[in-house]
Amino acid sequence: MDARFWLIQAFNGVSYGALLFLVGSGLSLIFGVMRIVNLSHGSYFLLGGYVALTVIWTTGSWLLAIPIAALAIGAVGLVMERVFLRPLGFDPLRQVLLTVGFAFLFQQAALDIWTGNNFDIEPPDFLKKSIQVGGLYLPSYRIFMICTAALIGLALWLAMEKTRIGAAVRATVDDAQMARGVGIDTSRISMLIFSLGAFLAALGGVIGGAFLGVYPGLDFEILPLAFAVVIIGGMGSLGGAAIGALLVGLADNFGKALFPEVSYFTLYAPMALILAIKPTGLFGRE
Amino acid sequence: MTSRLKISVVIAAIAALAIAVPFTSSFVILLATRALAFSILVMSLDILLGFTGLASLGQAAYLGVGAYMTAILATKYQFGLGYDFWLVVLLGILFGAALAALFGLLAIRATGVYFLMITLALGQCVWGLAYRWNSLTGGDNGINLGVRPKFGIDLSDQVTFFYLVLALFALSLFAMYVLVRSPFGRSLAGIRERELRMKILGYNTWLHKYIAFIIAGAFGGLSGVLWAHTAGIVSPDNVVLTTSVDALLMAVLGGAGTLVGGVIGAFIVIALREYLSTLVPWWQYVLGAVYVLTIFYLPSGLMGLPERIRRRGGALGNGNSGEKLSAAPS
Repeated sequence: MDARFWLIQAFNGVSYGALLFLVGSGLSLIFGVMRIVNLSHGSYFLLGGYVALTVIWTTGSWLLAIPIAALAIGAVGLVMERVFLRPLGFDPLRQVLLTVGFAFLFQQAALDIWTGNNFDIEPPDFLKKSIQVGGLYLPSYRIFMICTAALIGLALWLAMEKTRIGAAVRATVDDAQMARGVGIDTSRISMLIFSLGAFLAALGGVIGGAFLGVYPGLDFEILPLAFAVVIIGGMGSLGGAAIGALLVGLADNFGKALFPEVSYFTLYAPMALILAIKPTGLFGRE
Repeated sequence: MTSRLKISVVIAAIAALAIAVPFTSSFVILLATRALAFSILVMSLDILLGFTGLASLGQAAYLGVGAYMTAILATKYQFGLGYDFWLVVLLGILFGAALAALFGLLAIRATGVYFLMITLALGQCVWGLAYRWNSLTGGDNGINLGVRPKFGIDLSDQVTFFYLVLALFALSLFAMYVLVRSPFGRSLAGIRERELRMKILGYNTWLHKYIAFIIAGAFGGLSGVLWAHTAGIVSPDNVVLTTSVDALLMAVLGGAGTLVGGVIGAFIVIALREYLSTLVPWWQYVLGAVYVLTIFYLPSGLMGLPERIRRRGGALGNGNSGEKLSAAPS
């Protein structure tokens, strides 16, 4: 185990963290605004990958697949929030069961439409090469993932900090009742954020499809990781989600490489501890 | 219904199961045994959900710890295959309680949605160990148990085993019924309704919830021991998040806060999962629909139906508003 090992593992961890940021940031915002434990978030990730596959099969364009899949799943999230979650009102248990019911429905639908086979999303050729940096060969696709997540993160941050809607979202996260009191339409904010979360998860699904694959069961594999990002980073905080995603990505990579037998334990035990000590997460808004 | 009538109905139902099930096919006997073993877990969850107001998203962990313990003792040490089976039952209960005592220290302070999250995380800890700790748990493949215990009676005989599970199920139901009717159970219900008031009245609500959590874990461990021998295999599937969520659905579908409601829920969902899946490929639509429809149209579960129908007769309309599940929002 020399320096190369640590560098490569760190790079892999960061790029995995980039993917987790896409899934986790949406989940974190949804939790912050709506206080919902959304168990169908993994399904959006998986469905994003599947829709992208269909777009690639019909048009042959990978670049086109990314926005179409993300927008399509964003629309699915919008409908789900408006038609099902909104009428339910605030009751954590019923919301959880409803979202998991939808996760099962999505699972079956995916099985019917895209069969149970494992697929890979082939990235275009220019992303299949490796780039040499200081004696290390880094896959350009992973660099692309990091750049995408950084761009999305920057865009989200600007939207949240510099726009009027962003201010309304932050106000809703901090105190929904007060936000309503000063005339913010929190119902619309919820709709917007839920849809945005689904959009981001699907985006992650398309981009992750190239190195995780797209297969039945992926939804419930990625879901607890996304929750780990949210918890460790802090609910409803973008910066927290970024740090949480990095930590989870690194912990997952080094855990699997160094002590494989307890690698998931080393991920979820800190998550439980953080929750017990500071329920809003390390960097959560109080 | 008066409570005496309710008790006789439950006893009659258990007797009916005991008489009728052995005459059905071996597949149905297996399904009934599974449902009964899992019911113990669902009832233990109901103590938290229905009687204390704590919705746990990690109850499968306790089933898992009991089941893995049974499987590891049986395969690695040949322990628990004779009369020492009863020791394993005892150990399962102890392990479940011990794990809950540990987890409860972290989880009990949290309320509402945070309790959901932290139990999810704790459940994932157990899943992670089950999935990854190959040398102990067999990883993804799990552990095959091989033979069932034999002590005077031979548990590999399906009907004998069914009766054993039924007996332990009935005992658990009785014990939990006594628990929730006891003064302790009454104070749990008080915490569910309004924790602050109970605190002001001088109750140590943290300790009450902690003890309820441990008791639930103990019954979870018991159900795990039975589940291991029922299924014959223990795998990470038993401790995965969806198993915990299934247990929650069963409790809510039957009616939270009724104990027997969870049993009805368990029979329905297990029949759907295991029987319907042999008939049609799209069975999961039905399962998903059960989730969604239960949430929207059966907020008080199947056990709440008679009450709702009666009230409909008096005052029409009102639908599902005004009724709430007992998981208290924070």
